[in-house]
Amino acid sequence: MDIVSRNNVTVTGPHDAPVLLLAHGFGCDQNMWRLVAPALAGDHRVVRFDYVGSGKSDLAAWSESRYSTLDGYARDVVEICEALDLRDVRFVGHSVSAMIGVLAAAAAPDRFHSLIMVGPSPHYIDTPGYRGGFSAEDIDELLESLESNYLGWSATMAPVIMGNPDRPELGEELTNSFCATDPAIARVFARTTFLSDSRDHLTTVKLPTLVLECSQDVIAPREVGAYVHAAIPDSRLVTLDATGHCPQLSAPEATVAAITDFLGSRS
Amino acid sequence: MTCRTGPGPDLPEGRRTAHTDAAFTALLEDSAEELYESAPCGYLSTLMDGTVAKINTTLLNWLGLTRDDVVGRLRFTDLLTVGGRIYHDTHFAPLLRMQGGVNGIALDIRQADGGRLPVLISSVTKTDHDGRPLLIRTTVFDASDRRAYEQELLRERQVAEEARRRAEEDRQRLQEALAVLQSSLLPAQLPQVPGMEAASHYHTASPDRLGGDFYDLFPLDDRRWAFFLGDVCGKGPQAAAVTSLTRYTLRAAALHNPDPVAALTTLNTVLHERYATGDPRYCTAVFGVLEPEGDTVTVELASGGHPPALVLRQDGPTEYLPTPGGLLVGIMPSAPFTSARTVLGAGDTLLLYTDGLTEARTGEKRELFGDEALLDFATTLTDTAPRQVVTAMTGLLNSFGDGLDDDTALLALGVPMTDPTPASDT
Repeated sequence: MDIVSRNNVTVTGPHDAPVLLLAHGFGCDQNMWRLVAPALAGDHRVVRFDYVGSGKSDLAAWSESRYSTLDGYARDVVEICEALDLRDVRFVGHSVSAMIGVLAAAAAPDRFHSLIMVGPSPHYIDTPGYRGGFSAEDIDELLESLESNYLGWSATMAPVIMGNPDRPELGEELTNSFCATDPAIARVFARTTFLSDSRDHLTTVKLPTLVLECSQDVIAPREVGAYVHAAIPDSRLVTLDATGHCPQLSAPEATVAAITDFLGSRS
Repeated sequence: MTCRTGPGPDLPEGRRTAHTDAAFTALLEDSAEELYESAPCGYLSTLMDGTVAKINTTLLNWLGLTRDDVVGRLRFTDLLTVGGRIYHDTHFAPLLRMQGGVNGIALDIRQADGGRLPVLISSVTKTDHDGRPLLIRTTVFDASDRRAYEQELLRERQVAEEARRRAEEDRQRLQEALAVLQSSLLPAQLPQVPGMEAASHYHTASPDRLGGDFYDLFPLDDRRWAFFLGDVCGKGPQAAAVTSLTRYTLRAAALHNPDPVAALTTLNTVLHERYATGDPRYCTAVFGVLEPEGDTVTVELASGGHPPALVLRQDGPTEYLPTPGGLLVGIMPSAPFTSARTVLGAGDTLLLYTDGLTEARTGEKRELFGDEALLDFATTLTDTAPRQVVTAMTGLLNSFGDGLDDDTALLALGVPMTDPTPASDT
């Protein structure tokens, strides 16, 4: 299967405009960009995709060994850039994808122009001298609940989660389906995300970088945003007056404004 | 839910009774306020930033908090466990924003006493005239029983998966053991007979079951060689035990007296004595001796109830070497065995086979393949060297597909046209 189908790549906007590559984080899929993509596609070639294992990607292409490290997800990004021959990529990474973008840019430095990190965190667990927002016990609890309860956090996702290949209509009826993931795959993504430590990679980032954070974000608190900003030499920190971890949904206009303002200053 | 807070409908006079009047009165006293506060589920209204604006008494009681603890002070996610908070921000909130509503998501809420209450949460967004979200309305259902039930289902599923995994492992181990045992019943590779070529093939009908077919080729002295091929009735461990006994009896008997009829007679005595009481076990077998003389090889063989060997001539007709009248080996205290003799010249091959080959089912009518079809097939072969004959017969066996449901052994012995080549197994 080719990369475009494998990662369910969708492209909007003028063909010859600068490329914006939008990468979703742990949780849903490229639908996360739904409220900002139209505005961004006015003067950008907007490329969206689902990581293998998420959304409408080809689940047959998923393997635990590859997707147990952030490098495996970064390879998805690089392979998409190569398949579409994307150059001067403005990479927009939400949540864990911000760090995946760092790895992808390191792997294919010729293809990237700048990084836009939405709610980034290089490390979720508190360690001496660093506050990630969660204790090791918190993350263990999160992962344990994922390990032990694959009937799921979501009752409406239960038919999907129970795996009911004989009755596909159960899955299709679910309005929540674009956030539904195979539980085995979700566990691996959660573990990879929340146990990752990308702090050492931040200092190697040479690209112009926008750190976009929410004023109230449980998953990526202000301290973490300040840490990322301080660690990346050529970075700008913008704090949106928004709550939660997904400003592209809770504050789409402000998110678009921050991204276009940054890109305008860096083009 | 439908509830009445206004006056009841006007019922026709005469149908009102004291009873219904009392019921309506009770309903009238159940105000909207009362319904909200004491509903059998939790109610919660939050601003778009998650701050709790309104909460009902039912939910406060579940939380073990007062209204002042919560309203304007806590966000919805503060009520959740850490795992739930992460799930809320990565799944629930995006879905709610994109769909305007989320239904029946299972989460845990944290209680003031340190406990956790499993709940099912549904939310809808209230929007203004322009579709902008104003606030979120949420219902919270106690899902303790349901969660316990789910946990039980989950536990059962894990047990079942573990059992399935173990069964698969056991099956794997058994197959490995059977394969080792099966190979002990057959020569690991055919020996190289000077001036001759030999080839064999063993088709296993089922990897789960030991087959009952056997063959062997071994030296009697520095000139003569003995061979045998046969088929024990039945399959599985009991048949394998008979096969083992048969193989070593025939080998020992041949060294004592290589006359084919004598060897089969010894085997008959041994099998009949061994299985006379209890489960009778018998086999069919061809036993023979090869004796090279110049450029030819003389074959003396005897058969006990076994299908006749095929002789493929380099420059002559392909034909059966009939051995009629031989009795099954081991079924009677003494049994007659039929002997036959032939001479193989350069390019001639003797083919021994078990009845899996001739009793395969073919065609739409699933008819027996049969002796005649085998002879016809063998006649078409232009290269009659043992290895080529076995290769062709293996192809024939494979072409039967599921029409072949029995084990099948093939042993071909021939005199090469030119220099002898090494023996081979296929």
